[in-house]
Amino acid sequence: MEKVITRNFGKANSHRLEVYLQNKGYEAARRAITQMTPVQVIDEIKKSNLRGLGGAGFPTGNKWGFIPKANPKPKYLVINGDEGEPGTFKDRYILEQDPHALLEGIIVTCYAIGSHKAYVYIRGEYVKSLQTLQGVVDEAYKQGFLGKGIMGTTFDIDVVVHPGAGAYICGEETALLESLEGKKGFPRLKPPFPAVAGLFGCPTVINNVETVTCVPPIILNGAEWFAKLGSGKNGGNRIFCVSGHVNKPGIYELPNGTTLREIIYEHAGGIPNGRKLKAVIPGGISAPVLTADEIDVKMDFDSLKAIGSMAGSGGIIVMDETTDMVWAAMIVARFFAQESCGQCTPCREGSGWVYRNIKKLYHGTARPHDLANLPGIVNNIGGNTICAFGDAVMMSVGSYVSKFRSEFEHKIKERVCQI
Amino acid sequence: MLTSDFLQELDKLTAKYEKKQAALLPALHAIQEKQGLITPQAEADIAQYLGIPVVHVHEVVSFYHLFHQTQKGKCHFSVCQTTSCALRGAEDIIEYIGKILDLKPGETTADGKFSLSVVECLGACEMAPVMQHNKDYVGCLTKEKINELIKKTV
Ligand SMILES: Cc1cc2nc3c(=O)[nH]c(=O)nc-3n(C[C@H](O)[C@H](O)[C@H](O)COP(=O)(O)O)c2cc1C
Ligand code: FES
Repeated sequence: MEKVITRNFGKANSHRLEVYLQNKGYEAARRAITQMTPVQVIDEIKKSNLRGLGGAGFPTGNKWGFIPKANPKPKYLVINGDEGEPGTFKDRYILEQDPHALLEGIIVTCYAIGSHKAYVYIRGEYVKSLQTLQGVVDEAYKQGFLGKGIMGTTFDIDVVVHPGAGAYICGEETALLESLEGKKGFPRLKPPFPAVAGLFGCPTVINNVETVTCVPPIILNGAEWFAKLGSGKNGGNRIFCVSGHVNKPGIYELPNGTTLREIIYEHAGGIPNGRKLKAVIPGGISAPVLTADEIDVKMDFDSLKAIGSMAGSGGIIVMDETTDMVWAAMIVARFFAQESCGQCTPCREGSGWVYRNIKKLYHGTARPHDLANLPGIVNNIGGNTICAFGDAVMMSVGSYVSKFRSEFEHKIKERVCQI
Repeated sequence: MLTSDFLQELDKLTAKYEKKQAALLPALHAIQEKQGLITPQAEADIAQYLGIPVVHVHEVVSFYHLFHQTQKGKCHFSVCQTTSCALRGAEDIIEYIGKILDLKPGETTADGKFSLSVVECLGACEMAPVMQHNKDYVGCLTKEKINELIKKTV
C-alpha cells in the first residue's frame, strides 16, 4: 500500500531539511506558487475530497473557499495541533517525524487563501514536538523556505509556533483562537464564523495538522489520484491510531474506507490472550461506542455516520470481553466532567452530574432513578451548549447506556440483592 | 521584578504576535520554566508588561492545567487516567505511586521531592499506561519503572 502521509516516517533524521528535500520536498509549494493561481489550488483540493482530519470531516477545499477575497484585513492560517481527543496521537508523529511536510502544507494553504502568516498551536505537553518544529522553522527561515520572497518567488510567509497549556477544550477551533489571543479557552458563539472573523477579528482558516500535511502530495500527484485512494466522498488515506486491548498499538496509515475489522485484526495484531472483542471507540472518545458485531463498518466519515457513530479524529480504542462497560462509561464521563470549560451551564453542571451518577452505579450505591435519569440528563446537555463538547457528552456517554443497558441494569440489581 | 534579561526574552516573544497579549501563554511558560511556579508577583509583573489587568492573567493561570500556583516536587509524576491508559492498568499505577510515596493526587511530599498528578489523555495512548515525568513521556509503565525513577531522585 502506498504511504502518503507517513512516507518519510522511520527514515534516519526524517525531520531534517536535507532528508525532506531528497523526496520531492518543497516541489509542491514551488509548483503551487509559480504555476497555479490560488483559485486553482482551492479547486484542486475541493476535487481531491480531502476532509478535515481533526474530527469534523469538513471538506477542506470548501472551508478555504469561505475566506472573503474582498476583505482588506490580513488573513490567518491556524494549525490545530492541540491533539487532545483521547485515543489520538497521530499529529505528534507528524510533528516529530516529518515536520517539513506540515510546513510545506502550510505554505501551499497560505498561498491558496491569501495569507502571509500561520500560527501552529501545539498542546503544551508535547515539549518534544514543540522543540522539533521550532528548530525546523528556524532552519526553514535560514534556507529561504520561510520569510520574505520564499524560494526565489515573491511570496512572503511567517510561521509562529505557539504552545498551549493543558486544556482539552482548546482543541475546539474557536476556543483555540481565544487561547491563542492570550485568554482562557472559552469557545465563541458562531456566527461570525472564523472565515469571516477569526484570529484578532480577521478572516482565519483553522485546519488540523494531518489535514494540511495531506496538501502537498495532492498538488504533486493530482486531485483524482488522492480521491481514488479513499472511498466515496472521503478522499485519501488517513492515520488511524489504535490503542487499548490490541497486540500492536500504534499508528497505521490506511485508505479511508478500510474496515474496522481489518484495522484491529490484520494491522493492530488482534486482541491479546485470545480474548474476544467487546466494544470499540472508532474515532476518539467523543465518538459513540460500537459493539463487536458492528466492526465490519468502513472507516470513513460517511459510513460511520450512517451507523450512528463518527470517524472523528481517527482514534480507535479497543476493549476486550473482560471490560466492565459501566466502568468504561465512568471513565469517559469523568474525562468530560474534568475537561468541561465551565462556560455553559448545561455542560458544566450536567457533565459532573452524569459522572457522579455512573460512579454510583459502578460502585453499587446507585438507586434505580440514577439510571433512569441518565438519558434525560445527557440529552439536556447536547444541543444546549455553545460548542460541540456538549453534543459529544450526549452522544458518547449515551451510547454506553443504550448499547450496554443490561450491564447498567445489572449494577442496580446487584445492589438490590445485597440489601 | 522582571530582570532585564528576561524582559529582552519577553520582547522577542511579543514581537512574533500582532497583539502583545497573545504572548501570554508562552510568557507564562517562560516564567514557570525559571521559577517552577507562577506566583502572584509574577502575575502582576506579566500583567504590567503586557498592559492587561492582573485578574486576567490570574484567570488564565488558573484555567490551564500546566500552570502551577504551588511549587511541584523535583520529580513530578503526571499519570494519565483516560480510557486507553485505564484499559492497560493506569489505576494500579496511580495507586502504587500513591502508596509508596504516601501521596494523594495533587499532593507534594513534605521534603519537596515528589509530586503526583492525575491527568487526562496525554496523546500517547499507544504507550499506555503512560505518564509525564517532569516533561518527559514515560510509557508502558510498570512498578519497576516507577521504582527506578524514584530511586534516581532519592
Ligand atoms: C471539544 C472539541 C475538541 C476538539 N479537539 C480537537 C483537537 O484536539 N485537534 C483538532 O485538530 N481538532 C479538534 N477539534 C475540531 C476543531 O474544532 C476543528 O473542527 C478542526 O481543528 C478543523 O480542522 P480540520 O477541518 O482540518 O479537521 C475539536 C472539536 C471539539 C468540539
Ligand atoms: S489515554 Fe492515556 S495517553 Fe491517551
